[in-house]
Amino acid sequence: MRLEARAHPGWHDALRAGVLALVAVMALAAGLVAVAGAPVGRTFGLVLDGAFGSVFAFTETLTRAIPLIFTGLAATIAFRARLFNIGAEGQFYAGAMAAVAVGGGALGEPSPAVFLAMMLAAAMVGALLLLGPALMKRQWGVDEVVTTLLLNFIVLLGVSALLDGPMKDPLALGWPQSVALPPELELSRLVPQTRVHSGLLIGLAAALGLWALLRFTTWGFDIRATGANVRAAAYAGVPVTRTTILVALLSGGLAGLGGAVEVAGRAGYVTLDMSPGYGYSGIVIAMLAGMHPLAVVAASVLVAGVLVGADSMSRQAGVPTYLADAVVAGALLSVLAAAMLSRYRLRFDTR
Amino acid sequence: MNTVLDLLVSAPFWVAVLRVATPLVFGTLGVLWYERAGVLNLGIEGLMVVGAFSGWFAVFLGLPLWAGVLVAAGVAALFGVLHAFLTVTLALSQHVAGLGITMLATALSYFAYRVAFPKVSTPPTVTPFAPMDWLPIPVLREQTPLTLLALVLVPLLAWVLYRTPAGLALRMAGENPKAVDSQGISVARVRYAAVVSGSALMGVAGAFLTLAAFNAFFFNMVNGRGWVCVALVVFAGWQPGKALLGALLFGFFDALQLRLQQADAGALPHQVYLMLPYVLSIVALVVASRRARAPQALMKPYIAGER
Repeated sequence: MRLEARAHPGWHDALRAGVLALVAVMALAAGLVAVAGAPVGRTFGLVLDGAFGSVFAFTETLTRAIPLIFTGLAATIAFRARLFNIGAEGQFYAGAMAAVAVGGGALGEPSPAVFLAMMLAAAMVGALLLLGPALMKRQWGVDEVVTTLLLNFIVLLGVSALLDGPMKDPLALGWPQSVALPPELELSRLVPQTRVHSGLLIGLAAALGLWALLRFTTWGFDIRATGANVRAAAYAGVPVTRTTILVALLSGGLAGLGGAVEVAGRAGYVTLDMSPGYGYSGIVIAMLAGMHPLAVVAASVLVAGVLVGADSMSRQAGVPTYLADAVVAGALLSVLAAAMLSRYRLRFDTR
Repeated sequence: MNTVLDLLVSAPFWVAVLRVATPLVFGTLGVLWYERAGVLNLGIEGLMVVGAFSGWFAVFLGLPLWAGVLVAAGVAALFGVLHAFLTVTLALSQHVAGLGITMLATALSYFAYRVAFPKVSTPPTVTPFAPMDWLPIPVLREQTPLTLLALVLVPLLAWVLYRTPAGLALRMAGENPKAVDSQGISVARVRYAAVVSGSALMGVAGAFLTLAAFNAFFFNMVNGRGWVCVALVVFAGWQPGKALLGALLFGFFDALQLRLQQADAGALPHQVYLMLPYVLSIVALVVASRRARAPQALMKPYIAGER
């Protein structure tokens, strides 16, 4: 088997590949449901219903989409400059921790200024976490994938130590849970009696801002040029190191901000199970969105729908929720494959 | 100071070092094998989970232990076929495809575990490999045969890599695929072989956890060991002998942090000690990256006829 470039890839090539990807993901999901011994059609219906079937279901999906928008944008901006930030999970937790540290009473009475300081601190902590790996990549050629991955484990252990020690809520009955934010610093509800909060607006603003940055500014050009070809960019006078640092600050900052928004919009305190892998899902979302900031919003809602729908389906049909993770991973691989197959065709011959 | 000296001459300490190092030896050899052929593997974390689960499940269902190891290798190899199809045939981004494999393999393992044991909170155990107490060698006789297998694999793989035509083709596929092609050897075939066999090794690395170390399958049991292997390969400069050295060094520090944690009894949060192996991996990566030279064609897909 080998790849052969299509002479004139057209829309029907893309459509065929897309349909193929969809069929592959559906087949995977159906197979897993069948293995679990549940009726396939009814289970699919339960997922859809649980994710988008009612106003309440849809607000739950939107709520779940908020952290994904941030981690998805974090992956998008980094991947655009070919900086593989796989550390969004750690940056997200570090941001959440910084938010409760700053907002939890250290700066005195809650006020809009304290709220801003809280969000800024979260973004800064996330940014700093990626700055190290980015500099090590540029200066010494250390692969940032492995360093950012390993940092996730270090940050999570650090958060765990803080929740056992200095940041532990003494009223939490021994549960590892941080001190809580005062209600004044929590984000307001967008729809009464649901959990969807104004963090969604911050996420949308971040997506718009990032899109504008990439599309209209010199920085955006530098970022895209660095991602396309580092050597050519450097030769053409793009400040490659400075651009990488800027991207690291933006990407880590977005993931950290996501953690703060999640903590201020949802529970008000940090626990170790606060993120079921939002950092890693962000990578999938960035790829599904074709690394376009505005498409990240749509992809986040889609992935959140799969996760929320699977949760609700799991309660009713008894199929393990890991189905959702498998489907999301399967979607990532088949969409990537489809994108390639819309530009190339596979030739089945020897050599 | 005295306690450290006591530690260094105590046999149980070195037994622990070798035990911690064993899955890393399998995993690191697997990654090295892959990368020498020019394919980066970030699927290892997931392949270890798959190996841990499938090997353990096979033994739980009544297969002998060695059959469990083979099942782990086989299932991981199947994921290797998928990985090879994505990265070699379709020439997708090796970073993203590998992460996708990790996510998929992990989710499928957890899914299968939950389908098989819907309500179990304490996972059922199996009878693990017994130590080789018939061996006359002190530290080694406390280990299971899988450790011996790992130790034997190091020179074996080095021999294949440096002394056989197949090894030459594999190294060339990672350095200069065009040269392989011009010899009339299919780059794709060499890379498929490397990816699939390397994946099998990663499955065995996982099976060691359930069939020799913990006797059961837990969520999050691989816990970054796969990523540590990826770092160790850089540290080892892509050489099998140094990979063994790196794994042993890592095992040394991991066993050391455990002893320090016991000795210290609460002065520092225990998480600080648990961080050490990951911090150490990053340090090793920084030190090694400055001089190590990766295979030239690593992460470069090869499409015949294209430059």
